[in-house]
Amino acid sequence: MRVLLAALAAILFLSPTLQAQPTTVQEVLQAHGDAIAKGSRKSIGPAIDAIAASGLPQAQTVLETWQAKDMWQRKSDGLFFSAKEVAKKTYRLTDFDTGQTVGEFDKGDLRQLKPNSGVRALIGVALVQFQLSDPDPARRLDALTAIQRDPEPSHLAPLRASIDGETDPAIKIRKQQLETLLTIRFDSDDASRIAAIETISKDISLDTRATLNTLLATTRKAAPGAVPETENIAAVLKPGTEQLSAGDAYTLLADNGLAPALITDGEQRNILSANISGGKVSGVPVASLNTQAARDRAYAALVAEGKAVPRPTAEDITAALANHSFYDAYFEPSKPVTDAAAKALKSVEIRVAFNQTLDLALDGISLASIFFLAAIGLAITFGVMGVINMAHGEFIMMGAYTGYVVQQFIPNYTVSILVALPLAFAVTFAAGVAMERLVIRHLYNRPLETLLATFGISIALQQIAKNIFGTQARPLTAPEWLDGAWVLNDVVSISFIRIAIFALALIFLGVFLFIMRRTRLGLETRAVTQNPRMAASMGINPDRVNMLTFGLGSGIAGIAGVAIGLFAKVTSELGSDYIVQSFMTVVVGGVGNIWGTLAGAAMIGFLQKGIEWMNPSNTLAAQTYMIIFIIIFIQFRPRGIIALKGRAAGD
Amino acid sequence: MSKSLFARNPSVLIFLACLALFTLGVTALSEALGTGLISTSFVKTLGKTLCLCLIAIAMDLVWGYTGILSLGHFAFFGLGGYMIGMWLMYERTRDIIVTSMANNDIPPTPQEVTDAIGNQIFGVVGSSDFPVIWAFSHSLTLQLVLVVAVPGLLALVFGWLAFRSRVTGVYLSILTQAMTLALALFLFQNDSGLRGNNGLSGLQNLPGLDAVPQATVSLWFLWASALALGLGYLFAAWVVSGKFGSVLRGIRDDEARVRFLGYSVETYKLFIFTVTAIIAGIAGALYYPQAGIINPAEIAPIASIYLAVWVAIGGRGRLYGAVIGAAFVSLVSTWFTGGQVPSIPLGFYTIDWVDWWLVLLGLSFVLVTLFAPRGIGGLFDYWTNGRPPNRHGQDLGPGAGALQEKEADA
Repeated sequence: MRVLLAALAAILFLSPTLQAQPTTVQEVLQAHGDAIAKGSRKSIGPAIDAIAASGLPQAQTVLETWQAKDMWQRKSDGLFFSAKEVAKKTYRLTDFDTGQTVGEFDKGDLRQLKPNSGVRALIGVALVQFQLSDPDPARRLDALTAIQRDPEPSHLAPLRASIDGETDPAIKIRKQQLETLLTIRFDSDDASRIAAIETISKDISLDTRATLNTLLATTRKAAPGAVPETENIAAVLKPGTEQLSAGDAYTLLADNGLAPALITDGEQRNILSANISGGKVSGVPVASLNTQAARDRAYAALVAEGKAVPRPTAEDITAALANHSFYDAYFEPSKPVTDAAAKALKSVEIRVAFNQTLDLALDGISLASIFFLAAIGLAITFGVMGVINMAHGEFIMMGAYTGYVVQQFIPNYTVSILVALPLAFAVTFAAGVAMERLVIRHLYNRPLETLLATFGISIALQQIAKNIFGTQARPLTAPEWLDGAWVLNDVVSISFIRIAIFALALIFLGVFLFIMRRTRLGLETRAVTQNPRMAASMGINPDRVNMLTFGLGSGIAGIAGVAIGLFAKVTSELGSDYIVQSFMTVVVGGVGNIWGTLAGAAMIGFLQKGIEWMNPSNTLAAQTYMIIFIIIFIQFRPRGIIALKGRAAGD
Repeated sequence: MSKSLFARNPSVLIFLACLALFTLGVTALSEALGTGLISTSFVKTLGKTLCLCLIAIAMDLVWGYTGILSLGHFAFFGLGGYMIGMWLMYERTRDIIVTSMANNDIPPTPQEVTDAIGNQIFGVVGSSDFPVIWAFSHSLTLQLVLVVAVPGLLALVFGWLAFRSRVTGVYLSILTQAMTLALALFLFQNDSGLRGNNGLSGLQNLPGLDAVPQATVSLWFLWASALALGLGYLFAAWVVSGKFGSVLRGIRDDEARVRFLGYSVETYKLFIFTVTAIIAGIAGALYYPQAGIINPAEIAPIASIYLAVWVAIGGRGRLYGAVIGAAFVSLVSTWFTGGQVPSIPLGFYTIDWVDWWLVLLGLSFVLVTLFAPRGIGGLFDYWTNGRPPNRHGQDLGPGAGALQEKEADA
């Protein structure tokens, strides 16, 4: 590198055409010596520009050294060197031009240049053109990112110059994209700007939209008489319409000095109070000033005395508004460019809207999978057996806490999740069987009391969890391969955890269908559900079947708990957050039918996301409207989306 | 109608006498009358308990007598509280604003006062304008009307929708719970107009009565609560004693049969649902000035479930059972969660009742449901010998869900 620089320097020295230009960096530095030594952000610009524009190969080194605070000035002759500390208070100086060591000097003979952060930033901008052609691809990327963050007209030329020499195809594409964006913003030729705008009208990235929006930024102005011809007008506004209220229009006039300022009621009061003398304001007693009319009278008296300016009357305001025109003007002066940009933005926005719909659909699917997961256990206990289990949410919570406890013992997240899933099933299966044996068995045919008894259990379980694990949220960490998201473009993305939950929901659906349709337990469950006495006389033990079915439903809740815990906070209230939605899912979908549960989850998930999209700032409102919608929906389909028909539907 | 209401229900007179005695006793021992054996805060607790007893009676009417397990009555209770709270907060803030503005060099205009009140009340949710629902907050009379009207209308609309489409049993319970949740979530929003999760506060201060000590105010509210409870009890006893009450019980035991007998089941249900919602609203309007603060968390679905727990433990299907349950459970709950119950050291673990009380409550609730469906009130049956006839273990009612005699005896 150094040899190369030396060679380049030699060529430059030999070149006869460089008479007018400085031949060494030192000359340039000396030419701006005072400014450099002073290091003020205001006056340093020409110095930096001179170094960068000198065309000397050492310019980059100088700027980098300076930026790194390694450039020192020798006090004796004011020359600048690159310095390196070799011993305490002793520095070895290196000449920029020759690369030769000049010698070692005591710190007292030298002065360090300490550019402040503002100056360093300016140096950074100047360095960009060197960095864009840096041999190291990582530094070229850094330079591109730096330009993207804070683009300037001066970047355009070096960026264009660097594209042809670019060897890395990925960086080349980025450079071209950035070049397009910079062309749109800073190029002096309208035709090339419009051409660049047209090329990006199919792109939906954030940068594109930001560039177009910057180009289309407007400012609201008022002018006496007609709209001036010189401005690039975005829209002409009429005062008193929705875009511009009469009050705003008048304030705009007053702010621009085109009309006397409006005096608010508060300002009027302050003026009155400043003019109190002897308990009166120009003859009106202060005590009577407790209505607006009285204050107006007192103020009018003050105006007559010349102590205050008159407030503009309603007629004044109307006249002022009529005599002025109001419009939004683009900052960008060129009309063809703004027209092209507006057209491009429209086409971009259509694409963005399409992609947002896609993104919303993905969100809806993932929320629906969560509701489905939370509700599928209920679909078994409530839907198939007709037993209402308010402690279902607490089984979900137990599953999540099981996952947390497993992670305390198994540090590998992948293994711990694989262990936690069957373990959560086992724990909640056991809890479900115990609950069925001890409580629910005694309450068959008394659904309201089942509801209350299971609620008692739910209260107790929740409090026990709080006593054991505390009230703070416990982490259930997902394995690394579930981190991150599947990013389609700047608009559409979905996290891997949600994809995994969707997959898990599909697996559960399959498992449920398999158990109910293809196994002995499923057959017996359906038989007992339809007619327990007949089933019993066929040799099926209804007690055992009920116990196992309830255990199965609870166990699935446990697995769902592990899945939900991966993205939600694991607290003792985890279950109660989902219980109402779970019941809604089952009820809306239709009791006793897994496809109904699926339909219910899909409907609730999509609906909630849809409502959230309409009012994005407010998820609470979304849930409120959601529940109101469900209450109304039940009016029209009391038995859910997919209702059982025939005898099985009987109460 | 040969016999009077009291003759048919001797328990009403006994209850009213007990209530009167209790009120007199608390009054005599309170700080306001000088003896000070009962602290002001405990008088407030007792007053609040009376309000809870009143809503328990409403719950008993709708659940114990009509068989509608509503998990939404605390929403009506909270709405009643919000309605009275709006007036209390508005007037109180107005007093403060007017006092502070009196020091201004120029007297304020009515508009300035209103703006300042709005700023004071809604500053916490980043607003200063009065929402539409506060339109009547300056008038006590109108807000008192709203205490009755808002819960009543909500119950009327909701009940009409639900009963019309024959939503019954567990479905209705879940639907009422959903309604409560929706209302709570709505009120949690800052732009709901009721100060979001900050709720309304400072309700214990009665406007214009700053000179009256809290000890006296708490007594007034105790009397008002006792009066409301007494009247509510009388009204409930009257409703359930006649033919109307028989129809209600009929709906509870076999809705279809009552419908086939030609009664308009939906109208009966809608009436009882709306009336109990109004009672709940009144109870709430008396409760929250004693509590001093109301926020949306009070309306959360869990509160309505505790209400069912009280009634179940006290004994549903009898009015005094509901009162006993509400009073007993809420007072014991205050006692346990207040940390006054000694912990039980087990050697390896110490049971701290502040933490374990809810576990005990939940489990005892399960036990009551399983083994003592008649609750604490059932104990009185032993005393009055009001035991049912021996049916030799048959079902008490015709349906598959009816109690069997051996269960009813438990």
